[in-house]
Amino acid sequence: MSTVKLTVNGRAVAVDVEDRTLLVQLLRENLNLTGTHVGCDTSQCGACVVHVDGRAVKSCTMLAGQAEGCNVTTIEGLAKGDELHPMQAAFRDNHGLQCGYCTPGMIMSAVDIVHRHGGNLDEETVRHELEGNICRCTGYHNIVKAVLDAASRMKVAQAAE
Amino acid sequence: MYETHYHRASSVDDAAALFAKGTDAKFLAGGQTLLPVMKQRLAAPSDVIDLGKIKDLIGVEASGDTLTIKAATTHYDVAQSDAVRKAIPALAHLASMIGDPAVRHRGTIGGSLANNDPAADYPAAVLALGATVKTTKRSIAADDFFKGLFATALEDGEIITAVSFPVPAKAGYAKFPNPASRFALTGVFVAKTKAGDVRATATGASQSGVMRVPAIEQALKANWSAGALGGVTISANGLLADIHGSAEYRANLVKVMGQRAVTAAG
Repeated sequence: MSTVKLTVNGRAVAVDVEDRTLLVQLLRENLNLTGTHVGCDTSQCGACVVHVDGRAVKSCTMLAGQAEGCNVTTIEGLAKGDELHPMQAAFRDNHGLQCGYCTPGMIMSAVDIVHRHGGNLDEETVRHELEGNICRCTGYHNIVKAVLDAASRMKVAQAAE
Repeated sequence: MYETHYHRASSVDDAAALFAKGTDAKFLAGGQTLLPVMKQRLAAPSDVIDLGKIKDLIGVEASGDTLTIKAATTHYDVAQSDAVRKAIPALAHLASMIGDPAVRHRGTIGGSLANNDPAADYPAAVLALGATVKTTKRSIAADDFFKGLFATALEDGEIITAVSFPVPAKAGYAKFPNPASRFALTGVFVAKTKAGDVRATATGASQSGVMRVPAIEQALKANWSAGALGGVTISANGLLADIHGSAEYRANLVKVMGQRAVTAAG
């Protein structure tokens, strides 16, 4: 057992876990942040994507100990109170989800894509960059629409700040 | 995953000391291969020594005709590095195509080389560019480093610290990715050194891991152009065959990716 200290959604936490604990297990089982999902458990599907120090990573492919001292953001950390993050709102408005299982990972990857590319996003880039996230319902079409919609909303929001 | 002991190394010396104390220790860099393998219970190290937070192992340096990438630099950082893009754009391009964005944010060049997956991208570049693998014990020429499937010249406890690439006159990489895993079904790296020598390598194709492709090298030495590879025949002997493609299919991919790599190199 080791104590892992990290910041999750702005809150400093210290968690006692076995050394073999994955970051996703720490989030779901110790912190009850069950918005982050485990889909394939083989690093392919992306349902477990969270941000570690501002970068999208697969939390099923990182030991909890590797996140020591890191700043982690999960799907629960995106909204401001009752106000959805622009990416969440765009997924709702564009019907970017059906069963919803992949959605937390999709949204965390999508926010990361917009952060990295800013206003230079086009459909091809979005489709290419979502390679690490698998959805079995939507056929991706409305997810891509949602990401492009959110990218323009986030650009407007940034310009207004 | 079986039980293990996790250690965060503060320096390369600390890592070597921690490794020596374990009964069956493994080094952990980005973990994008080791952790999935441990989750499948195909590996059960007694101790996992994390190299990911050793500052001396992260970064890119360009000096004269040499580009040095430190071992724990992530694929994302290599792809984004101005120094890499300027010195060897083909290498930045290669890094930008490994796995998916989340994998590139964690995976490292040193981890990829130490693992030497037969379908990994970096070995193709390291071998084609005639790079030197720097370790805690010595410098290893690329020609002596790769020893077949998942095998390298690294000794127990030896840690890759950096890779030095001579800046080539021209280089290009083209890969046909497996649509599910993004690993190379076949990838070909071609390079022309400043002295005029030509080297070409293929990954994902051979049963014994990354390989030189003499037929492509000879054709390009005579005439550096995609068209020069039109008449080249690649033997299917010793090539991988699986549900994704036969040996003959991969042999043809070596030629086609070779042509695309030359076109990309210009």
